[in-house]
Amino acid sequence: MADFIRDNINKDGIDRRGFLQCMAWAGTGVLYSLHGGILKSLPLMAGGQYGKDAAKMKGADFSFIQISDSHIGFSKEANPDVTATLQIAVDRINSAAAPPEFLLHTGDISQLSKPSEFDTAEQVLKGAKASRIFYVPGEHDVLTDDGQQYLDRFGKDTKGKGWYSFDHKGAHFIGLVNVVDLKAGGLGSLGSDQLKWLQDDVRDLKSSTPLIVFAHIPLWAVYPEWGWGTDDSEQALGYLKRFGSVSVLNGHIHQIMQKVEGNVTFHTALSTAFPQPAPGTAPSPGPMKVPADQLRNVLGISHVNYVQGSHSLAIVDSPLA
Amino acid sequence: MKRIPWIFGLVATALTAFVLAQGSMPSSAMAPGDKPASASEVKIDNFSFGPATITVPAGTTVTWTNNDDVPHVVTSDDTKMFKSKPLDTNDHFSFTFAKPGTYQYFCAIHPKMTAKIVVQ
Repeated sequence: MADFIRDNINKDGIDRRGFLQCMAWAGTGVLYSLHGGILKSLPLMAGGQYGKDAAKMKGADFSFIQISDSHIGFSKEANPDVTATLQIAVDRINSAAAPPEFLLHTGDISQLSKPSEFDTAEQVLKGAKASRIFYVPGEHDVLTDDGQQYLDRFGKDTKGKGWYSFDHKGAHFIGLVNVVDLKAGGLGSLGSDQLKWLQDDVRDLKSSTPLIVFAHIPLWAVYPEWGWGTDDSEQALGYLKRFGSVSVLNGHIHQIMQKVEGNVTFHTALSTAFPQPAPGTAPSPGPMKVPADQLRNVLGISHVNYVQGSHSLAIVDSPLA
Repeated sequence: MKRIPWIFGLVATALTAFVLAQGSMPSSAMAPGDKPASASEVKIDNFSFGPATITVPAGTTVTWTNNDDVPHVVTSDDTKMFKSKPLDTNDHFSFTFAKPGTYQYFCAIHPKMTAKIVVQ
């Protein structure tokens, strides 16, 4: 470690650059912490070090981690070993001071919906110190037999094509599926059955209940030209309009993006497999190749602090490099 | 001076024939030994079908090839007429269009990718 130290600012034998140079590039996760209905997210770094934000994580009601887009089975130049980087993400989860209460996987678990790919993903994730893993499918997970295999493995107690909700310490989590029955020229799609279910699901909840909605494809129009949006998300969000705190967690785009609209905070997670280009900066949204020693530079993630009701909001971006 | 005009005419005709022949073939870089791309082939590159529209006679078998790093699923708009398995890089899918008509299709997992086959 000493070889890499350039600026020993805190006289603790570690500098940020040196620490990061020691770090193998990995996919990352995002740690969320719920403080009295307020959701905060922090970057997940090696050794569970959250820097100066560590204090903010204390006293949390509970914390959970979102991982996304593991694409087990992908083996091209952008990342020849996506299983290894998923393992590194799990190692990071396990090295945190306090283990998360559960993991949320926002889809594209596999690359081609192959049984062997799902097997490998499940095997790696089993090693995470979390009591449960909740999933929603990505479009790569429902490529064969209309997603039946996904349902058999991960869809226990879900409805329709795999949607469901659960409560945890006063917060209400809703897993949505927007990757099936996609129409030509369209974006992601929730469909009328799921929308009806959602409307019923939240009907009797108090408006002060914090809602955390997770789905694979973004529920807002990040970049429709590349399919980064959901055709009928407006209707879904309409059912959630009265709630004081709504967080929407998505994957699919392999980069961090966030947006705030009234009481709703949208946030997309990084992939544990490979990055994708920023909207419009490449001919297509395919896997983005970067030099191996620069991969962590494109893995910058953000702290999201949102508050209920009419409180103000702060977003802090912190790149890994 | 009097002999030149007919030479020009011959060259112009030859050039025109050559250009017309080129025009009926999709342009593509070819290495020695390559099969020339025919009018019944569609290549998938950068999340798009190329050419976006092809016109073929009834009975033609159209073949799609995926050149992308991600899989694509070639699907007729009605999702019933044809639907490929997930095509990984370099995978092919073929379908024979027996009847005349215009057949719109898309990629089932990237539905913004759309194209059509015109069968005459």
